[in-house]
Amino acid sequence: MKRRKFDAAALPAKSARAVDDRFQVATPLRKLLNKVFPDHWSFLLGEIALFSFIVLLLTGVFLTFFFEPTMTEVIYNGSYAPLRGTPMSAAYASSLDISFDVRGGLIMRQMHHWAALLFMAAIVVHMLRVFFTGAFRKPRETNWIIGSLLFWVGFLAGFTGYSLPDDGLSGTGLRIASAIILSIPVIGSWVSSSIFGGEFPGTIIISRFFIAHVLLVPGLLVALISVHLGLVFKQKHTQWPGPGRTNSNVVGERMFPRYALKQGGFFMVVFGVIALMGGLFQINPIWLFGPYEAWVVSAASQPDWYVMFLDGSTRLMPGWEIHIPIGNGYVIPPLFWPTVVLPGILVGLSTMYPFLEARRLKDYKHHNLLQRPRDVPARTAVGAMALAFYIVLTLSGANDVIADKFHISLNAMTWAGRIGLLILPPIAYYITYRICLGLQQHDREVLAHGVETGIIKRLPDGRFVEVHQPLTSAEGHDGHPPALDYVGWVVPKKMNRLGALGPAIRGFFYPIEKPAEAPVSPGHPPVEDRPEREEIGSGESRR
Amino acid sequence: MSTHTEHQAQRGPEPLDVNDPRLSRFEVVQEGARRDDIEIVHYEPQVVPGSKAERRLTRTVALMFLLTGVFATAFLVVYIWWPWQWEPGRGGDKLYTPLLGVTLGLALLGIGFGILTWGKKLLPKEVSIQDRHDQVDDPEGRKITGETMLYLADEMGVRRRPLLGISLLAGLAPVGAVAAAPLIGGLIEQPHKNNQMFTTGFQPGEGGKKIRLIREDGRPIRPADVSVGGQLTVFPGIDGGVSNKHADSPTLLIHLREDDAQKSRAANERKGHGDYMWGNYVAYSKICTHAGCPASLYEQQTNRLLCPCHQSQFLITDNAKPIFGPANRPLPQLPIEVDEEGFFVAKSDYTETIGPDFWERP
Repeated sequence: MKRRKFDAAALPAKSARAVDDRFQVATPLRKLLNKVFPDHWSFLLGEIALFSFIVLLLTGVFLTFFFEPTMTEVIYNGSYAPLRGTPMSAAYASSLDISFDVRGGLIMRQMHHWAALLFMAAIVVHMLRVFFTGAFRKPRETNWIIGSLLFWVGFLAGFTGYSLPDDGLSGTGLRIASAIILSIPVIGSWVSSSIFGGEFPGTIIISRFFIAHVLLVPGLLVALISVHLGLVFKQKHTQWPGPGRTNSNVVGERMFPRYALKQGGFFMVVFGVIALMGGLFQINPIWLFGPYEAWVVSAASQPDWYVMFLDGSTRLMPGWEIHIPIGNGYVIPPLFWPTVVLPGILVGLSTMYPFLEARRLKDYKHHNLLQRPRDVPARTAVGAMALAFYIVLTLSGANDVIADKFHISLNAMTWAGRIGLLILPPIAYYITYRICLGLQQHDREVLAHGVETGIIKRLPDGRFVEVHQPLTSAEGHDGHPPALDYVGWVVPKKMNRLGALGPAIRGFFYPIEKPAEAPVSPGHPPVEDRPEREEIGSGESRR
Repeated sequence: MSTHTEHQAQRGPEPLDVNDPRLSRFEVVQEGARRDDIEIVHYEPQVVPGSKAERRLTRTVALMFLLTGVFATAFLVVYIWWPWQWEPGRGGDKLYTPLLGVTLGLALLGIGFGILTWGKKLLPKEVSIQDRHDQVDDPEGRKITGETMLYLADEMGVRRRPLLGISLLAGLAPVGAVAAAPLIGGLIEQPHKNNQMFTTGFQPGEGGKKIRLIREDGRPIRPADVSVGGQLTVFPGIDGGVSNKHADSPTLLIHLREDDAQKSRAANERKGHGDYMWGNYVAYSKICTHAGCPASLYEQQTNRLLCPCHQSQFLITDNAKPIFGPANRPLPQLPIEVDEEGFFVAKSDYTETIGPDFWERP
């Protein structure tokens, strides 16, 4: 055969063939490209967490190039004049250098911090979505457990990172952490001195936290996230019920190209928003806090938001100490309950929830269709109860700031938190339960009688009635349309959901096409005679 | 519904010959999807090729990508030429980070929304249905795998030769411990070395030398240095006394008013701490007995000391007893006096344990 010249157009096909000859990837790749994903805005919440994590890895690697994780004492001599000449740890000095003497270091630091806050927030919101829609049910209990663990590992990542700059705030946080460890019965002082390498603060904790923060914890996060995503992939995503959707199919878009493009675009948007936040909104201005000194603290010393619920529980706990009169006497400090026992209970309850619910309902079937919160009032109400509990704790974590800004007595805030923690969750349960039932009831009414049209009709005997537009044109047994079945999916409740409004006029500043005749509410709508939907809103024009 | 769907309905279930040259590319794609149990039931272009709408959307997407280029370039310009080093005052350097954020953020948002518009508006809308296959569809396969594993166990013969299993376990257990030993052994620290949890920097030095109270700058303190109603954070006058090496030593020296001092003295006496005050001066540990934060907000009028971390409140005139919040133990009191040179010294170390509680605190 004659040797041809290099043909650039044939190159992709040729190299694809070469790859497939060696690795036989064509069929698996087709399966991947074709995989169908259901779509709904609420499925994107977990993605925000994933994308923030990627931003965390990128900015975090940058920060490690400049951060010096040691507690060696140095005299600061950088650009930030107010702190020049101050003795401080090398960790704090290098954090200041990242902020002031590394070009673009401050935005990296701030993006890292914002991404961390967003990561935790997205995890929490995603978890709420999964909980309230019942997405955790069989076969997805494992992924629910991994998700809950991700929250706590993320918490650990956040705390270790927060401690690294060794500024006034982070040192205070570490002090409290050491006190929490000390409060563990029997082994507390041993664990604390082993972690801190002696008495608090010692000289090694920053180095240890550094390796935990940049290697151990992120490694664990990467592993858990991989398994989490792998399981979503293997078990296929849940979907909302709807036309054509069953428990044994997935209705949506193939992964490529549309779904993947949307994901890629969304990642860029999340990245962009983090960049805007990192540039525009100051966060953790460590140069204002000064180096950590055990005798300095200021009011409104708050941790990052995801730690605040533990801070709140600590503040609300009354000073109840348990004294054990054996030998010299032993104590279980009050700090132990809100900071060690409470998180333990929360981990246990949240991870076990899928099994508890399945056991209570004796429901061991596979569920791939989501439930609307209103259709499972008990679960939704339990979730609202947990949320109320969490919100009271989180607000109590800032109760001194609230007391200060709103001129409320601090002690009153603490008591409000203590009482609120006990009575608000049951109230939230009851109210949510009733709201769920009410929403269900309304759906059923619309299914039975139709949508309220807002059109009032006077009957020959003088009564006024509102005209309802039935959702079906089928004839029932007594002349009325038959009631539709309740299927746990959205019921249209407004006439424009039925297409009763004229089409929207397109264009941003000015109409880009000739506007359709705007429908006007007619005086005598022929609703009863002609129940076809397009006749409803658009009678004769007055024009 | 698109026309493609109708084609498919006529086609029937037998697999297509994908090498048939009459097939369109989409039909091959559809056949591939079918082999993955996917039915593309709805495939509808959102814009007509060549239409005005298509050209407009294309322009919009292109504009977003170009804006990305503009902002990315702006980022580089700012990054290189904007004054970035910190200066006192409100100079242009304060805008460096915000400008980087705005340019980078808008550049990324440009790509993001460009891609999103492309994907959402220009690509055809589709509805595909894929089978889940999440039920056990091959009970036989399950049976075979189960039997294979059991056969494996049979072959190993652990049940017939129990010694193997027992000896293996007995041998492996210490190996597991070997993995843990260096970690635990290396990290573990005796918490009560030098009695460190019960002593502070105020412990008298060699020969019972009493430790002076000093300020943050290292100067010793005379009674006249603290005015009535005033307070001062003091430290042990030893090497490293004013540092985190002695994180449990910071102490609050308070000059009480006369009537408060009387109350305080009476309370001291009730507790058997009759000689802890010197004149109208008291000294209490600044380290909160709750979680170890410095309890540093002193309210002069009520003589309460508030810890800003968790709002424990201590009444100074009553042995610093906790009167509100999560703390359960009074702040320890430092017995003080004035030495022959007229400076404050600690008579002895604290007689109670400093800082947060722990299990073996007596």
